Amino acid sequence: MTTVFEKPKRFISEKMHYCPGCTHGTAHRLVAEVIEELGMNDRAVGVAPVGCSVFAYNYLDYDMYQAAHGRAPAVATGAKRVHPDNLVFTYQGDGDLASIGAAEIVHAAARGENITAIFINNAIYGMTGGQMAPTTLVGQSTTTSPYGRDASLCGHPIRVSEMLATLDGAAYIERVSLHDVPNINKAKRAIKKAFQTQIDKKGFSMVELLSTCGTNWGKSPIEAIEWLKSDMIPQYPLGVYKEVD
Amino acid sequence: MSKVLMKGNEAIAEAAIKAGCKFFFGYPITPQNQIPEYMSKRMPQVGGTFLQAESEVAAINMVYGASGAGARVMTSSSSPGISLKQEGISYIACAELPCVIVNIVRSGPGLGGILPSQADYFQSVKGGGHGDYRLIVYAPASVQEAADLVMESFEVSDYYRVPAMILGDGMIGQMMEPVEFKAPKKRNLPPKVWAATGWDGKSRKKAIINSLYIQAEEMSAVCNRLDGVYKQIAKNETLYEEYMMDDAQICIVAYGTTSRICKNAITTARDNGIKVGLIRPITVWPYPTDVIKKAASKVDHFLAIEMSMGQMVEDVRLAVNGEKPVSFYGTTGGVVPTPEGIYDEIKKIAEGK
Repeated sequence: MTTVFEKPKRFISEKMHYCPGCTHGTAHRLVAEVIEELGMNDRAVGVAPVGCSVFAYNYLDYDMYQAAHGRAPAVATGAKRVHPDNLVFTYQGDGDLASIGAAEIVHAAARGENITAIFINNAIYGMTGGQMAPTTLVGQSTTTSPYGRDASLCGHPIRVSEMLATLDGAAYIERVSLHDVPNINKAKRAIKKAFQTQIDKKGFSMVELLSTCGTNWGKSPIEAIEWLKSDMIPQYPLGVYKEVD
Repeated sequence: MSKVLMKGNEAIAEAAIKAGCKFFFGYPITPQNQIPEYMSKRMPQVGGTFLQAESEVAAINMVYGASGAGARVMTSSSSPGISLKQEGISYIACAELPCVIVNIVRSGPGLGGILPSQADYFQSVKGGGHGDYRLIVYAPASVQEAADLVMESFEVSDYYRVPAMILGDGMIGQMMEPVEFKAPKKRNLPPKVWAATGWDGKSRKKAIINSLYIQAEEMSAVCNRLDGVYKQIAKNETLYEEYMMDDAQICIVAYGTTSRICKNAITTARDNGIKVGLIRPITVWPYPTDVIKKAASKVDHFLAIEMSMGQMVEDVRLAVNGEKPVSFYGTTGGVVPTPEGIYDEIKKIAEGK
């Protein structure tokens, strides 16, 4: 019998703690598929900071770091500087990367730190129970913006990919979405390109993945996918924001 | 090797390089700037890495990353910067990562001033970050001792997988003294099989550099295991100096540069017939509690002297445990005590005032 499809070797068969309809599982799997296809299973090192994905080490079978909230790019910097030939990636949520860790991601990109950030943007804090994130849409209700995000009080959502793309150290920046199969395939190509950028030692790379958080959005899995398409993508346009030859 | 005249901060940096430290992550703050400056010059010469981080917070997390990858790594800062590093230090302690953190203390609270102070005793010795942990904390009293203790601290930190701190003050950092770099006693260090170096899936256990234990029993087990390590450190690594203690009736307890000023005052006191001695903790954690406790049965009175409003004196009182009176004399805010000021305090005690 010929095997035509199998689970990536470093994707652990563990019951995930993620909620039904959450796209973290898809993103994890894409990372594992890409690392395997690039032949980097033995050289991959992941950093997962505080957030829903802090337990990523239970699912991804590489040497892993758990990191403090927002600090994954700094931890990855230390890891990469010691072992420059390892494939070092962070896996961060939007509260982590765009709020408390804004300084670390900006300066890792500015330094052209040769690491890859996998950035899950679901417009909300997931693990702590659905509070407003810097990426929360104007008008979006959360547990700390119960009347909807009011831009006059708490400003506008941050478009991280556009912001980081302005930095000379950023070599590859793309925003993709995980809402259907064609887009998941695009997301995989983007992750592969980002990791290849690191292997080619071109500098900092990041893929922003628009993701669902049905539980904290108060939506069913299907409604969540619809809302991502109808409301998130207009705020966060998909595409390649930076690609250095 | 012959002696060279060096500034304390530079001697600390050179000692780290001589100890095999290949990675340094720092951020500017006075009065420790010569450490990152020296490292930026020297690290490229020895094939090491110097990186100026975007903040103290980032620097300590780079230390977490580099130590987790198996490297000898150091960072340095001064009081407000150490406050910022405390979260990362707590993570490092829990993840059992060896490293050396240098704190060249300035005055505070707040932004304070840049002059010498010992008001960081609490945040250095009493676990300045969150949770149940300890650092091994060395308090050098000279540039030579600073260099010796930096080298020693890398060995000890690697041996126990507990982060070490060099607790200096602005004086140690800024003054120039002759220094000779002597290799420390080599320890039989186990290979870092726990480090995240990239894993082939078979030759060892997968490395998880971690401080997250969501189950109470797991977190409790980690804290208990760490406590066992701390007890070993307290048993094996406590360092102190006893000075003129044989016939002493008054025992001064002081650490760091303050202890040197105390020695001048002790000379004056002895010239005037007052029998004074000194116990100088060299490690302030582990603290030489037993030495002070033993002295309590011999001397009449203790006098703790610090450049603070009274922080280490609490450890003196715990050690003396009410057996003898414990007085305190301190100067703070960047004010350095004078031998005369200390002698006046000794005299008051001798005269029963």
